[in-house]
Formats: sequence, structure tokens, C-alpha cells
Amino acid sequence: MAHAHSVKRHKGLMDWLTTVDHKKIAILYLIAGGLFFGIGGIEALLIRVQLAKPMNDFVTAQQFNELITMHGTTMIFLGVMPVIFALMNAVVPLQIGARDVAFPFLNSLGFWTFLFGGLLLNLSWVMGGAPDAGWTSYTPLSSTTYSLTHGVDFYTIGLQIAGLGTLIGGINFLATIITMRAPGMSFMRMPMFTWTSFVTSAMILFAFPAVTVGLVLLSFDRILGANFFNVEAGGNPVLWQHIFWIFGHPEVYILILPAFGVISEVVSTFSRKRLFGYSSMVFATILIAFLGFMVWAHHMFTTGMGPVANALFSIATMLIAVPTGIKIFNWLFTMWGGQIRFTTANLFAAGFIPTFVMGGVTGVMLASAPADYQYHDTYFVVAHFHYVIVGGLVLGLFAGLHYWWPKMFGRVLNEGLGKVEFWTFIIGFHLTFFVQHFLGLIGMQRRVFTYLPNQGFDLMNLISTIGAFLMGVGVIIFLVNVAISFKQPKGVAGDVWEDGRTLEWAIPSPPPEYNFKQTPLVRGIDAFWKEKMAGNTEMTPAEPVGPIHMPSPTILPFVMSVGLFIAGLGFMFTSDDFGNSLLNFLFSNYIITGIGLAITFGSMLLRSLYDDHGWHIEPEEMNDKGVKA
Amino acid sequence: MTTPHAQQASGALPHEPEKATLEGRNKVLGFWLFLGGEAVLFGTLFATFLTLRNQVADGPSASELFSLPITAAATFILLISSLTSVFAIQAMHRGNRTSLARWLGITVVLGLAFLVLEIYEFTEYIVHDDYGMTTSAFSSAFYTLVGFHGAHVLFGILWISILIGQLFKKGLTVVTAPKVYVSAMYWHFIDVVWVFIFTVVYLLGKVVG
Ligand code: HEM
Ligand SMILES: [Cu+2]
Repeated sequence: MAHAHSVKRHKGLMDWLTTVDHKKIAILYLIAGGLFFGIGGIEALLIRVQLAKPMNDFVTAQQFNELITMHGTTMIFLGVMPVIFALMNAVVPLQIGARDVAFPFLNSLGFWTFLFGGLLLNLSWVMGGAPDAGWTSYTPLSSTTYSLTHGVDFYTIGLQIAGLGTLIGGINFLATIITMRAPGMSFMRMPMFTWTSFVTSAMILFAFPAVTVGLVLLSFDRILGANFFNVEAGGNPVLWQHIFWIFGHPEVYILILPAFGVISEVVSTFSRKRLFGYSSMVFATILIAFLGFMVWAHHMFTTGMGPVANALFSIATMLIAVPTGIKIFNWLFTMWGGQIRFTTANLFAAGFIPTFVMGGVTGVMLASAPADYQYHDTYFVVAHFHYVIVGGLVLGLFAGLHYWWPKMFGRVLNEGLGKVEFWTFIIGFHLTFFVQHFLGLIGMQRRVFTYLPNQGFDLMNLISTIGAFLMGVGVIIFLVNVAISFKQPKGVAGDVWEDGRTLEWAIPSPPPEYNFKQTPLVRGIDAFWKEKMAGNTEMTPAEPVGPIHMPSPTILPFVMSVGLFIAGLGFMFTSDDFGNSLLNFLFSNYIITGIGLAITFGSMLLRSLYDDHGWHIEPEEMNDKGVKA
Repeated sequence: MTTPHAQQASGALPHEPEKATLEGRNKVLGFWLFLGGEAVLFGTLFATFLTLRNQVADGPSASELFSLPITAAATFILLISSLTSVFAIQAMHRGNRTSLARWLGITVVLGLAFLVLEIYEFTEYIVHDDYGMTTSAFSSAFYTLVGFHGAHVLFGILWISILIGQLFKKGLTVVTAPKVYVSAMYWHFIDVVWVFIFTVVYLLGKVVG
């Protein structure tokens, strides 16, 4: 092998735009996710201000519709997804003892397409109005007859582009986990977070193409005048509901499974015990994923599918509670008799368990089709899914961020501040959403921009708004904590929590570019813990020290995503009158779309023509402080 | 590093050059996964088409519109092209670059012939029958499903042509072999999709109505 290739390294902004290092891509995902999470959070607060008192006119009905649509869409697709991908990128390659992901180029492409899709969607705020048909965008509400601005076009095109990024990311992680595991790291020795990332990626692969088709059909209806959902010409609006939820229900498990993985890691580390029932955890994860594809129509009980379909989907939905229950008990038994340390990460994990159970219980209530006629489209459903998404997923993400922050950045988050943050957030959370169960039960509809006084809604809505602001305070404390952490010098111990069990804790924090100087040999589940118990301080290497091959940085993924962004904008405005003949000409003849696609496919061509030979890091370049394996 | 040509001359290229390197194996696996996603994509399009195939509104129905001889010819051409791409991979496994490039070339030509027939069919409908995307729910579903497939064929033609060029420029190496191999996988996939389209769209439409 020739080692002559010159070392290509960029600095500053160029470094971030061209990086193919999974650890840096993790940080990019985290920043983008944080940004969108912030936007979605502000939208949530505006919604709560409007609903704080009856007959409020803080925003108009139209603005309210835009706010709830963008809040839901942003949070699900652009807020929590990238934070999940941030953790997966930061942790999965390290946990399996790999130097990199299977497709570093695609990894970067996945991030940039995701980001530009998200930016396109949010551009709608300043370009004539945000989407206003709900995050589910049901037809005919989302058709051109009822949704007059370009809002829904931003939704369909933006989500197609962002979804493409997510799909690419999913394929990358599947391949990485299948082929890049270190010697000895069999499937049944993989850490739980890696397992859940694996299953989530598989679900992404089978769920996202479905919604992509749905979005294409909706955009064809709106932009090209097709008739998929147009009843007048034979179209079928219920088709949209099926396509959306065939994706939509798996999506909620795509979101929650990685959080299950985080909780499994955190609980076992801070109980100083091996995860209870590891193989049943793996089995439950796979079963949840499988059942997750069988239950989509529980979102459509009131659509009129008939009693047989309703009964079947009802039973299938209730079945999911079984593997989920297995997980809950496994976490409890992991803690049982352990030497529990309530670090901030573990507080979030411990808070997750009861909160998520409450969401699961309302889920089983909703799964009863006859009862759902009462709950459907009320605040009861809003309470349910916020208990699972915020009380489940977001608490899980906070646990994961506090747990792996030192690994990602080489600095710890302040524990005292972390605890204040946890308590503010979780109290705020329950204040906001607990009362919404009762609001729903006494008849408050969801997605209404205001309500009349004296129906028993007033006080509970006020409490809910106060709780929301408390959660906001919790998030701000977290941001302060982050800022403080960056004031510290870099370079905490590799095994900062001292009880680290998995491979990521065997290398420095933050890890060097190449992760492992020597690929480690894995001798059991909780590989690093096993070595520590055998009296070793490091992993046993599986190979001699040698030059390490690295992929070259590249700007192409960024350029390709910009191309898609331009093509999307061009397609959206094909039939608009700009009052300018040149612009009209460019848009109505698909010239802008063509330019965008040419940029994307041209970059693809370049990628194919110029093979990347990569470069090597020589052993002399690797600093020696405990990098071994 | 030995140059690709030297490798070839010394006969060092392994029997399955597409799986000789980790990158190559990753590429093949990743492409299988990608095809899994594509299967869901086309599956959803098929489901949509089956839901809407009788919703013709004021427009023509499938049996009034379709002519089987043309699509049967297109089917035949595409099936043959699958065979020629198998021959191409066999040539690759023998390490015979010229034969590989020739079979790929024939595959591309057959793909083009298919595309010409499809474009002819579409223009007939649009120009003569005034039958477009906006005519009915059936027409929207028809053009979207068949058009998506057609776009895949077009992409495949361009892709394989570029690979032929690369074979001449860079030779048959452990870098180019996986590219050729996955492009053949892709080609088989769009063939299989077409067989379903022929059955579900044309045969079902013409025969069952
Ligand atoms: C035991 C597990 C669960 C069950 C039995 C369950 C059941 C249900 C049912 C039946 C509905 C439809 C209610 C209606 O519209 O009338 C629903 C809505 C929803 N669920 Fe769950 N669920 C479970 C877990 C989850 C999880 C883990 C998540 C996310 C992480 C989630 C997110 C959602 C969302 C976002 C909605 C509302 C969608 C909308 O209409 O806007 N659920 N759930
Ligand atoms: Cu669901």
C-alpha cells in the first residue's frame, strides 16, 4: 500500500462543510437539531400563550394553524430526529469498535440533505405563509382548494428532501452495524444502544419510502393538478391517511427505540450492573419494530373502516404493550439491588420510566376502538403523545446527552445545574400535559385556536401554559450548562463515569480522529467492563499498530444538497406569476428545477469519476496517551 | 500500489472483484439495503395504482387505452436486457474487460429501445387521446407509477454508460468492479418492477378491465 497520498485537512468553516468524520457529523446533527428544537419550542410557547385564556386574540386562527402545523412537523422531523442521529453518529461506531461508518460520504450527504430540507420547510415563514393543514396534512384540507398559500408545498418538498437525508442515514447505520463490528463483537454482544439504532435504521428503511411516495402524490396533486386525492376526478382522500400512517406509526417507534437504548445504557452503568434480561431486551426491540408496522390504522378508527378492521387494529395495537412492558421491568430489575448513582443522566433515565409508562397506559386506552370515538381529536390524544414523545423520547435524549457529552466534547456538564434542569423540566412537563388528559375527557378539542369561557377549560389551560414556560426554563438552564462546559479545558478521562461498560469508554474523550489506534478484541458483552474485571486497564488489541486509512473530506454532499434545495424551490413555484417575464419564464419552464437537479446529478457524476483514495495516518502521528485499542 | 492495469495483466484480479475489498462489500450490501427501500417505494406506488385503477372519471379506461403489442415488445426488450447484464457480470468474473463493456453496451442499447417505446406510448396518449396527468385519478396513478419506472430506466442508462467509459479509462479493478456489479443489481431490480407493471397495469387493465 502506498502511503504517499498527501494529508488533506481543512480548517475552520471548510472543515465543517467538508467533514466525513462521524464524530463531527454528530456535532453538526446536534447543532441543527438544537436549532430546530428551539424553533419548534418557541412555536409551542406561542401556542400555549394563545390558549392561556379563553377567547384570546394573541394570534389569528390562520396563524394558529400555521403554528401547530409547524410545531408538530418541526419537532418530529427536524427536532428529535437529528438529535437521535447525533447520538447514533457519536456513539455507535465507538460501541462496535469501528474506525468509521460504512459510508462516510453518504453520512455527510444524509446530514446536508436533512438540513437543507429543514431549512426549505422553515423558509415558508418568510415566503408567503407556513403550512397550515396539521403535521398530518390530511386531504382535502391540504389540497389547493382549502390551503391557498404555498405552505403545504413547502411541507411536501421540504419533507421529501429532509426524508431523503434520514433514509440515507438509516442505510448507512444498517451497513455499518452489519459489516464494521470489531472482532468478537457478535450481534448478541452488541450494546443495547447499538441494537436499538440498528432496529430503528431498519424501520427507517421500510417506513420513509412510503411517506416519500405520499408526499410526491400530494405535491403532484397540488402542483401538477393530479387527482390522487381529488374526489371529483375519482381520487381517494383516505388513501392519504393510510400512506401517512403506514409511515407515521413506525415513525413513532423509530423515535422511541433509540431512547430505549439510551435508558438501557444509562441505567445499567449507574447501577453498576449488567443490563437485566439482555436477550429479552433485544427480542422485545425487534418485536416492537415488527408490530409497529401492523398497527397504523389505529389512527383511523373514526375514519369509518368498519368494525372488523377496527377490531383487528385494536388488538394488534394492544399487543405492543407486551414487549414494551418487558422493557420496563427489565430496567427496574437492572436497578434492583444495584449500587445506584443518581447522576443527572440517571435522573433523566429514572424520570423516563414512570413518565413513559403513563404514556403507554393512555396508548392502550386509545387502542380500544369504541373508546377512541370519545378520545379522538381531543386533548387526551395530545396528552398521550406528549407523554411518550416528551416524557419518553426527550427525557431519553437528555439522559443520553448528559451521559455522552464528555465523550463527544471532552468536557462534563455541571451536575448541580443538571439536577436543577431535570427538576424544572420534568415538573414543567407534568404541569403542562397531565391536565390535558382531563381537558380532553371533558371535551376540549385539539387544533382549535380558542375556546369559550366557563366550560371548565380555563384553569387547566392556564396551568398548562405555566408548565410550558417552566419547561422552557429547564431548556435554558441546559443551554447555560452547555455554555459553562465550554469554558472548561478539553480532555476529561476516557472513562469519565468510572463505571463505563462499553467500548466507547475505553478510548480518550474526545476520541482521536481514527477512534481506535488498534482495533479492539471483544471478549464478551459489556466488553470494556469485562476487561476491567479481569484487571486490565485497556482493551486487548486485535491487530498490530499500523497506518490507518481515512476517507478524504469533500464538499460534494453539501453541493448536492444545495442542488436539491434549488430544484425543490423551482418546482414549487412553477405556476406562479412573479410579475416579471424573466422569472416567469425561468420557473414555468422548469429551468430553475433543471439547474438544481443538474447541480445534484453533476456532483454525483464527479463523485463517480474521481475515486477517493483517501489518505493514511501514520503510527508516528498517533499520540500515545492511552490510545491503544 | 500496483496500477490497475498491472493487476489485470498479472492476473491478480480475484474471481469476484466486486467483493475483494471492504469498500466493495459495503457497497454491495448498502445497495441491497437501498433496493429494499426502493421496493417499499414501488410497493406504495402499486398500492396507490390498485386503489385508483378503476377511478377513470370522464376519461378512458385501461382497456380502452392500452395496446398490448407495444408493451409486450417493451417487456421482451427489457427482459433480454436483464440477460445481457448477466452476461456482463459473467464476463467481469472472467476478468474480460472488453466483453464486459460490450455486454454493458448492449444492455444500454436495449434500455434505450425500451425508453423509446415508452415515450412513444406516452405521446400517443397525450397527443392523440388527450389523456394526461390531470384527466382522472386513474391517469394520475398510471403516469406516476409508469413514469417513476421510466425515470429509473433513464437513470440506469446514463449510469451504465458512464461506467462503460470508466472501464476504458480506469480498467477493470477492485474499485470499478463493485460499481458495475451494483449497477447490474439495479438493472435487474427495475426489470422485476417492470414485470409487475406489465402484469398489474397492462394485463390486468386490458384483460380484466
Ligand atoms: C403502548 C404503546 C402505544 C400505544 C398503544 C399507542 C396508541 C395510540 C393510538 C391508538 C393513537 C391514536 C389516537 C387518536 O388519534 O385517536 C395514538 C396517537 C399518537 N401516538 Fe401513540 N401509542 C403508543 C406509543 C406511542 C409512542 C412510543 C409514541 C412516540 C414516541 C407515540 C406517538 C403518538 C403520536 C404522535 C400520536 C398522535 C398522532 C396525531 O394524531 O397527531 N405513541 N397512539
Ligand atoms: Cu400509532
